Amino acid sequence: MSAVVGGAKKQREQYGTVTSPAGKLGRFIINLFAAGGLLYLFLPIFVIVAFSFNQPVGRFNAVWNRFTFDNWLHPFADQALVDALLLSLKVALLSTAVATVIGTFMAIGLVRYRFKGGGLVNFLLVLPLTAPEIVLGASLLTLFLAPTMLLFNISFSLGFATIVIAHIMFLVSYVALTVRARLRGFDWTLEDAAMDLGANPTRTFWRVTLPLITPGILAAALLSFALSIDDFIITYFVSGPSTTTFPVRIFGQSRTATPPQINVLSTMILLVSISILAIGTLVSARRTKRDSA
Amino acid sequence: MSAKIERDAQGRKQARYTPWLLLVPGLLWLIWFFYLPLYSLFRMSLSTKPSRFAVPEFGWAWSNYSQAFSQYGAQFQRSFTYALAATIAALLIAYPIAYVIAFRGGRYRNVLLGLVVVPFFTNFLIRTLAWKTILGNQGPLINLLHTIGVLGPNETLLRTPIAVIGGLTYNFLPFMVLPIYVSLEKIDPRLLDAARDLYSHTWRGFRKIIIPLSLPGVFAGSLLVFIPAAGDFVNSYYLGNAKTTMIGSVVQDQFLVQNNYPIAAALSFVFIAIVMVVVAIYSRLLGTEEIA
Repeated sequence: MSAVVGGAKKQREQYGTVTSPAGKLGRFIINLFAAGGLLYLFLPIFVIVAFSFNQPVGRFNAVWNRFTFDNWLHPFADQALVDALLLSLKVALLSTAVATVIGTFMAIGLVRYRFKGGGLVNFLLVLPLTAPEIVLGASLLTLFLAPTMLLFNISFSLGFATIVIAHIMFLVSYVALTVRARLRGFDWTLEDAAMDLGANPTRTFWRVTLPLITPGILAAALLSFALSIDDFIITYFVSGPSTTTFPVRIFGQSRTATPPQINVLSTMILLVSISILAIGTLVSARRTKRDSA
Repeated sequence: MSAKIERDAQGRKQARYTPWLLLVPGLLWLIWFFYLPLYSLFRMSLSTKPSRFAVPEFGWAWSNYSQAFSQYGAQFQRSFTYALAATIAALLIAYPIAYVIAFRGGRYRNVLLGLVVVPFFTNFLIRTLAWKTILGNQGPLINLLHTIGVLGPNETLLRTPIAVIGGLTYNFLPFMVLPIYVSLEKIDPRLLDAARDLYSHTWRGFRKIIIPLSLPGVFAGSLLVFIPAAGDFVNSYYLGNAKTTMIGSVVQDQFLVQNNYPIAAALSFVFIAIVMVVVAIYSRLLGTEEIA
C-alpha cells in the first residue's frame, strides 16, 4: 500500500517534466512567476526588519537615515505601545480560549449527530464569515450604543469586554468550520469500541475522542489567536476612546509619529511566530515519519 | 452496558437533544452578537438624528437610503472596482505560487506554504505602512522609475489608485493562495498521467484538467479577497488620496468621526446587500456549493 502511495507521489512530482523546448520554457516562466510572487510577499517584511535598525529623522520612521542598534537596545521605550501590545495579548488569549471551546462544541455537534435543523445551523455559522468586517464592526457598535428591548436593555460600555465579545463572535465560526473539516473522516466507531470495553461516556470523551481531535483544535486555536491579535477594523469600532489594542494604537499614533519600536516589536512577533511554525512543522514531520515506520 | 448504537454511513448518530446542547452556546453568541446587531443596524438605518449630539430615534426614515446612494455613489463604485482589480491581480500572482508549491514543491511543500503565511504574522497596518515607505517619494523604487522614464518627473506612486489596489492585493493575497493550493493538491495524480497520455502538449492538459479542477479554490479565494478588499479603508487611508476614498472610509468617518449613525448604517446595509448579490451571482456562474 505505502509503496503505491509513494509511487503516485513520485509521479506527481514529475508532472510537467517535459522535454519539448516550449514546455521547458513554460516551466521556467511559471517558476519565475512563483519566485517573483514570493519576493513580492517578502518585500515589506524586509523593509519592516531593516527599518527596526534605522535611526529615524524626526518623528516618522519612514525614510532611511543610518544604521543603529539603539531601537533594539530599548525595545520597550514606548510605554503606551507596550501596554497596547499586552492588552492585545490578553484579548487574544481570552477570546481564543472561549471561541475554541464553544466552536469545538459546535463542530462536534454538527459532525457527530444527524438531526433536524443541521442545515440551518450550518447557514447561521457560515454567514458571519461572508460579512465584511466593517459591517460587523458597525453593527456591533449600534448594538452597544443603543441597547434594544429584545435584550432587556442590557447596556455595554465600550472597552475590554466589548472587544472580547466581538472577537469571540468572529472567531467562533472560524473555529467551528476548521475543527469540523478536521473531524470529517474521524472514525466515530472508536467511541463505540471504548464503550464496549467498559468506558463510560465521560471517560470515552477524555481518553479516546479528545486526544484524537486535539491536533484539529490546536490548529483552530492558533488561527484564532493570530486573527484576534491582528484584527483592526472590528476592534477600532468597538474599543471606545480609552481602550487601545496594538493595531488601534498604531493607527491612532501613525498620524503624528511612527516610533521605530513598532518595527522592533513586529520583528520580535515575527520571530516568535516563525519559531512556533518551525517547531510545529518539525514535530508533525517527525510524527509522520514515526507513524509510517 | 453498551446499548446498540445506530449510525449512518458517515458514522453520525441519530439524536434529538444532545446536538443542541453542544450547539447552544455558540449559536446564542452568534445570534446575540451577529444577527441581533444586524437587526439593530437596520433599525438605525431607518432612524433620524437631527444633530450630532441628538439621540437617534426610529422613524422609517427611508430617505437615509436615497441620501446614501446619491451622496456616496462614487465611493460605492470605486470600492467595487478596486476590489475587483485587486481580486484579479491576486489571482494572477497567487495561481503560479500555488501551482509550483502543489506540483513542484516535493518534500518542501510545507516549508513553502509556511513562507507564504510568514509575512502575515506582522500586523496588517505595519505591512501597509511598509508599502508606504517602499512607494514613497524618498524610496528607491520611485527613483528607479523616474530614471528609466516609466514615470514622468512629477508623477508619483504613493497616493494613487494603483498604490491602493496594490496594497489591497498584497494584504489579502494568502486568502487566494491557500484555497487554490488546497484544490490543486487534491487532484488525483492518475488524472495527471491520463492528461499526459491524452494530450501531448502540457498546456492542453493544464487547460483541460488542472484549471477546471482548481475552480473551487479560485472561487473560494476570489470571495475571500473580494469581500474584505471592498470593505477596507486602511489601504486607501495610508496609500491613497482624497480621490481614492472607499465605502469603508465613508462608513468609518460617518460612524466614528461625524457620529452620523443613521447614514452610516444605511451605507453599511446597502454595502452588505450589494456584496450578497455579487456573491450570489458569482456562485451561480461558477457553481460551487462549498465555500468554507
